[in-house]
Amino acid sequence: MNKKNKTAADAARVLFLVLVLAFLYLPILLLAFYSFTGSTHIGAVRGFSLQNYVTLFTTSELTDMILGTILLALGSAFIATILGTMGAIGAFYSRRGVNAFITSLNQVPVVNADVVTGFSTCILLVVVLHISKDSYIPLVAGHVTLCAPFVFLSVMPRIKQMDPSIYEAALDLGATPFIALRDIVIPQIVPGIISGFALAVTLSLDDYFIATYTKPATFDTISTYVVNATKGAQTSIKTALWALSTVIFVIVVLIVLGMNIRSMRAEKARLENSVRRGGANV
Amino acid sequence: MENKDTIIELRSITKEFEDGFKAVDDFNLEVKRGEFVTFLGPSGCGKTTTLRMIAGLDVPTSGDILLNGKSLIGLPPYKRPINTVFQRYALFPHMNVYQNIAFGLRQKKVPKDVIDRKVTRVLDLVDLEGFEERGIHTLSGGQQQRIAIARALVNEPEILLLDEPLGALDLKMRKEMQLELKNMHDRLGITFIYVTHDQEEALTMSDKIVVMNEGKTQQIGTPEDIYNEPQNAFVADFIGESNIFNGVMTGHLRARFCGGEFACVDDYEEGTHITAVVRPEDVEITAPEKGTIVGTVDSVIFKGMHYEITVVSGRNEMVIQTVHNANVGDRVGMRVDPENIHVMLAEDHTNQFYADINKDFRLEFNGHHLDTSLTKIIRGSRRLEDGRIVDSSGETIEPSRIRILVSIQPDDIDMTDDQDKGLIQGTISNLIYKGDHYSYVIHTELEQDFVVNDEYLWNMDDRVSLMMPVDKMKFSLRRK
Amino acid sequence: MSFSRKSLGIPYAVFLLIFVAAPLIVLVFYAFTNGQGQFTMHNLSSFFSDPNTLGTLFYSFAIACVTTAVCLLLAYPVAYILAMSTIPAKSVVLMLFVLPMWINFSLRITALKEILNVLEGNLAMHPFLNAVIGMTYDFLPFMILPLFTTISKLDGALREAAMDLGADSLRTFLQITLPLSVPGIISGVSMVFLPAMTNYVVLDMLYNSTYIMGSLIGSYFAAYNWHGGSMISLILLALICLFTLLTGGGEEETARGGALL
Repeated sequence: MNKKNKTAADAARVLFLVLVLAFLYLPILLLAFYSFTGSTHIGAVRGFSLQNYVTLFTTSELTDMILGTILLALGSAFIATILGTMGAIGAFYSRRGVNAFITSLNQVPVVNADVVTGFSTCILLVVVLHISKDSYIPLVAGHVTLCAPFVFLSVMPRIKQMDPSIYEAALDLGATPFIALRDIVIPQIVPGIISGFALAVTLSLDDYFIATYTKPATFDTISTYVVNATKGAQTSIKTALWALSTVIFVIVVLIVLGMNIRSMRAEKARLENSVRRGGANV
Repeated sequence: MENKDTIIELRSITKEFEDGFKAVDDFNLEVKRGEFVTFLGPSGCGKTTTLRMIAGLDVPTSGDILLNGKSLIGLPPYKRPINTVFQRYALFPHMNVYQNIAFGLRQKKVPKDVIDRKVTRVLDLVDLEGFEERGIHTLSGGQQQRIAIARALVNEPEILLLDEPLGALDLKMRKEMQLELKNMHDRLGITFIYVTHDQEEALTMSDKIVVMNEGKTQQIGTPEDIYNEPQNAFVADFIGESNIFNGVMTGHLRARFCGGEFACVDDYEEGTHITAVVRPEDVEITAPEKGTIVGTVDSVIFKGMHYEITVVSGRNEMVIQTVHNANVGDRVGMRVDPENIHVMLAEDHTNQFYADINKDFRLEFNGHHLDTSLTKIIRGSRRLEDGRIVDSSGETIEPSRIRILVSIQPDDIDMTDDQDKGLIQGTISNLIYKGDHYSYVIHTELEQDFVVNDEYLWNMDDRVSLMMPVDKMKFSLRRK
Repeated sequence: MSFSRKSLGIPYAVFLLIFVAAPLIVLVFYAFTNGQGQFTMHNLSSFFSDPNTLGTLFYSFAIACVTTAVCLLLAYPVAYILAMSTIPAKSVVLMLFVLPMWINFSLRITALKEILNVLEGNLAMHPFLNAVIGMTYDFLPFMILPLFTTISKLDGALREAAMDLGADSLRTFLQITLPLSVPGIISGVSMVFLPAMTNYVVLDMLYNSTYIMGSLIGSYFAAYNWHGGSMISLILLALICLFTLLTGGGEEETARGGALL
């Protein structure tokens, strides 16, 4: 291949990536642009306005819904993280049969359609056990059921990677099993627990189906609210949701940026360490 | 050493795992205070399991472990005054050097200033002064090793257990650490129990060696005992290089093996089935007419300090280490000084011989087909369409690189007058009446001795043919 | 001191029994009973005899197949180009492609809807097309991630060996890279296919009123018909099992949040 062809092929590759990125981002970015105007639909030209943001943060219906979604996500992610982490540790050190049992049941909500998970949770808790949806128990239980298996899956590899003899070394040095777990095992799997928690939060934030089938009638998450709003809500609310979309987009970008910078720093530190270590070997 | 009382005693310790695998079988040992004891054996011989049972990390299925006369059974590892240096160190990666070393003392609620003092002292001991704040990942393998030792020693254990602690180090570091560990042991006076599969390491460092195989103790003794007076063929084979032969006593201080009759210094009754061990460095190459046995040089490998020469004599092979070169194909004689021949009673009278592998991957002995093939002998192996044979993991088995050792019991061989009926012919060179049967030694035309039990009386020097049913043979694979 | 590591698993095992196993049992029970609690095959037979429900099944399949194919056709080149490229900040570029995963899907579909409104004028004119666009928009990142992970793990020496043995770029791709990236494809397909059969909200929001399998559950739920809804859920579960069996189970499906791990 000559040089000219190669540059052409490279350009084609870059163009393809850019087009796919445009498909993914253009709607969000356009919406973000129009959220700062007074327009009620895309294409209409109106002047700069922060009205949508004012509506977003002052309408109690919207702020309640946002706050509720966040609280639900943090709460169920917290419970799911504790359950899933304990489950992963317990399963790993259990007999093979018990381990296989927990691991395969754990897989069910992971592969299952969310519609089915939500519907079956609703039938069991609401229809069979007569637990009122207003108690929030079905909603939280449904979200924990959705999230805990992913915490389990993100903690498990960390436990598997861990050198099994460091737990034994702690016992050998006089630590009780509880202390060894708390001071030695848990610190080793913290990265898995943290990413499990983050994953649980995003899953809960993004959920529509489980919430629909288990939430109290008066409560809305962002998803259920937005879906209902598109079926004909006031224009002011509709454009305020554009602002919400923009705010979430900016937050996600900031978090991802932060994570990337952190992991780059960690990588750099690791490289420096290995250089130092090489020096120590000499 | 003045204080020679027993610190730890293992009484018929057995460990059987859930899947029925017996890792340790009736293990008995007494260790004196301050001793350096090494468990030596191939991987899977149960040495690490035994160590873990002393540490409390595994629980014996039966038997007792006594520390200063008191049973340790039921006592969890964190309550035993015993500490371990783990195979790959098992340093806590999220703690620095100081925190790692202080971990054990903190569990015992030792005051901070005492901990500081002890950590400093033990770091000094392992030559890593000033390393307190270093992270584990910034240390080299050798340094991590020293920290692991320091972390165990700082607790002043009654016994220090070391599980192949030098296995991950390169050769040079390993040699250095061997000396250092030995020094540390001499200085501290703590009892060391050390696990290794490296015989040289065991011979260099230990006061006492426990040779293990398949969960059983093979021999317990000083390094000199183990090397010079191996108690059985396994020990002889595992410690140093050895030529090992089946043979028979032919008279007072005379033994026949490897196709020749040698003078020896171990006395057993005439006709006794024996195992003879000759170290490669003890064989002397002579002119053919001056040798006790004669053979043809099969291979010569230059090993730096010496040549390793393999001589084939009849059906036997002798490996020789010598500073003199020889040429492949040379006809040479071999002799061994009587005191360098180690004769021991054969553990049992199993007859062993090597079978040939023919082009068709079938086995032959003395020109006769054995009704079996490689794929039947090697579990999980199969023959591919292109004619190769692969083992269970898919690796090609190269027939020229393996040998098949055939074992058959004396009861399973029948003798016959009909010379063509058996696999091999020979003359009866010894017979002993054993109450309800006779035990014969048949010296074959291939210079091997077979032990055969038969209820009928045959005469000395009768010529017989040996019938050996294939279904009574046991086969094992040996790499060349 | 009876604490043991194993006992930590007990609460989670109990939780799984109550919230995963028990609902499945209840689902089976409801699917094969009627309102009076009597055993019946009616729910099953009516699903397979009613042309409407069969049509729904077919329509779901059609949408899921087309969406999966489009996602694969877009995602594979993206993953391949990224995995093969030598740019320094590769992880940042990859991040760009998976970042939309973390923005609430209903808000993203809202944004897409506004654009499609402008482009098409009347959304109701192209229901099938809009459904496919919407689902592709929603699920594309889930397809890119596992493909990228698999392709970037491939040993470059294999491609070099193929070239060395005389295969040109196209043959190397078809005979080496593509077969070896099958696990990633399976994982990606399983991330997209099932949601595309069930996520009826995307259709709703884009004014496509045709039912897919998920919508059936939704409508039974709205009508308090637990028995019919349970049967649809069971049929979906059977499809999942079938898919898992066909693909050999293989990859653990962590791609849903893989970017975070």
